[in-house]
Amino acid sequence: MSNTSSTDVTKPVIELRRIYDVFWRYAIYFFGAVSFVILLLIALFILREGYPAFEKIGIWQFISGQRWDVADSAFGILPMIIGSLYVTVGALVLSVPLGIFSAIFLTDVAPKKVRKIIRPAVELLVGIPSVVYGLVGMLMLVPAIQQIGQGSGDSILAASIVLAVMVLPTIVSITEDSILAVPNAYREGALALGSTRWQMIWNVVLPAARSGIIASIALGMGRAIGETMAMIMVIGNSIIIPDSIFSSARTLTGTLALELKYATGIHWNALFATGVVLFIFILILNSFGILLLRGKTK
Amino acid sequence: MKISPKFTHNVAWGVCWAAGLLSLAFLFIIIGYVFVNGIGSITWEFLTTNPKGGLKGEGGILSALVGTLYLIGITLLIAVPLGVGAAIYMAEYARNNWFTKLVRFGVESLAGIPSIVFGLFGFALFVTALGFNFSIMSGALTLACLCLPVIIRTCEEAMKAVPRTYREASYGLGATKWQTITHVILPAAIPGIITSIILTVGRVVEETACLYVTMGGSSNMPTSIWSSARTLSLHLYYLAMETTAINKALATGVILIIIIIIINFATRWLSDRYIAMSGGGRMSNGN
Repeated sequence: MSNTSSTDVTKPVIELRRIYDVFWRYAIYFFGAVSFVILLLIALFILREGYPAFEKIGIWQFISGQRWDVADSAFGILPMIIGSLYVTVGALVLSVPLGIFSAIFLTDVAPKKVRKIIRPAVELLVGIPSVVYGLVGMLMLVPAIQQIGQGSGDSILAASIVLAVMVLPTIVSITEDSILAVPNAYREGALALGSTRWQMIWNVVLPAARSGIIASIALGMGRAIGETMAMIMVIGNSIIIPDSIFSSARTLTGTLALELKYATGIHWNALFATGVVLFIFILILNSFGILLLRGKTK
Repeated sequence: MKISPKFTHNVAWGVCWAAGLLSLAFLFIIIGYVFVNGIGSITWEFLTTNPKGGLKGEGGILSALVGTLYLIGITLLIAVPLGVGAAIYMAEYARNNWFTKLVRFGVESLAGIPSIVFGLFGFALFVTALGFNFSIMSGALTLACLCLPVIIRTCEEAMKAVPRTYREASYGLGATKWQTITHVILPAAIPGIITSIILTVGRVVEETACLYVTMGGSSNMPTSIWSSARTLSLHLYYLAMETTAINKALATGVILIIIIIIINFATRWLSDRYIAMSGGGRMSNGN
């Protein structure tokens, strides 16, 4: 049948490739939705498993309770919230100034050759597994802190220092990007008015890059609160409300990792409820950071 | 006496130098410490025997090495198709509407969620509800969720960097959108896709928290994807926390750092090639 009417152009030809085209268009929409679906599933699952704990213990008692004793069915996460906050604030106190000055160093101060060494080095810090940080902290920092302070050395101080190094790359790279995004005309204007280069950076560039810098702190904070294994390795994990930087403590994340595998019943629910608290903390911090960055780049 | 601006400038410059060099010093201290103390324990036997467990942490790292490879394979199989598909949506189909905003929100939020929360989710869904138990499969599924944002972002950037003229030429020849994507855009974006794969491998190697609660951490040689297993990072954790074999933990650290350095160089090399290919006009680096 080689004689079919190929000249009949009024009839639309349905080709296989056009069907593929339509099929894949919808398939791709499905792929696009996957991340959001996963996000939704995570929220749903954690809420569903955590809800009974909120119901039985009471949200306020759960958050403000000072005792976490599995044997006694006492589940209050205040010590862990304080532990997480101490460690995070400690890390930021160390890494924010260091990170901002390092970012200025990379954009304005360093000669090109030095920049070419330091930028990849900072990026490499991101890739090092958190257990390696934990190990080095365990073997180098903890004994040193034991020497100068009281106690075993497993402490908020050790955890803060380890964490500071871990969030440093986040702060440096986002701050650097936002400094580079400041229009050159600003710099030229400042210099033309006779300011030194430092006056230019301090009075013009940094204020212009402000929202990016705040975003870097928020995102760094998100990363710090979420860090788990390295914290377990250097913080001692005792469930107490810490009273000094040499005191042992426990983080929200640490509780999850340490207890999840053998938890049952209300204990299991309480752990997921802890996850809910953590999830909300992080979602707020990250949304804040992302919003700030978006306002800047567009 | 008034402090002169010149003086302030010099002091500030000094502080910046100190900060920059201190950041560099951290890297050298960490890598140096692990290498100096760990490299002596790496022997052929260490690489080719299974961990024996126990308080002394005897044995090598073979099963952890194999477990890591298993996990890399399965995670890539799950995450790469999903990630590339989502990247195609973002780069080629996304219109400025609510659905795109939702997708964008999903990717951005997922990227910031900590590993242990993924672990919690994986434990509830894969380990318990779906009955996969502590296994490589549970770990890989959890990890795939965690890696998705990285893959989507990297591939999306690569596809957006493909010049518009390529698309126009393809449409001009009568190709459909899907033909243009598969025959023109994806081949041109291959370096970006490979970069995303290498980055995912890096994530698999460095992750610990989400695997700690989904993989079980058995030191036996895994026999299938349903076996409980451990990765190198997990093995390091167990050695450091539950045994006295600190030198072996350090040796495992050396192996991990070597892998990470190789991955870092590979992505750097690839993205340099990639910038050269697309004519140097890459966004997002700020310069």
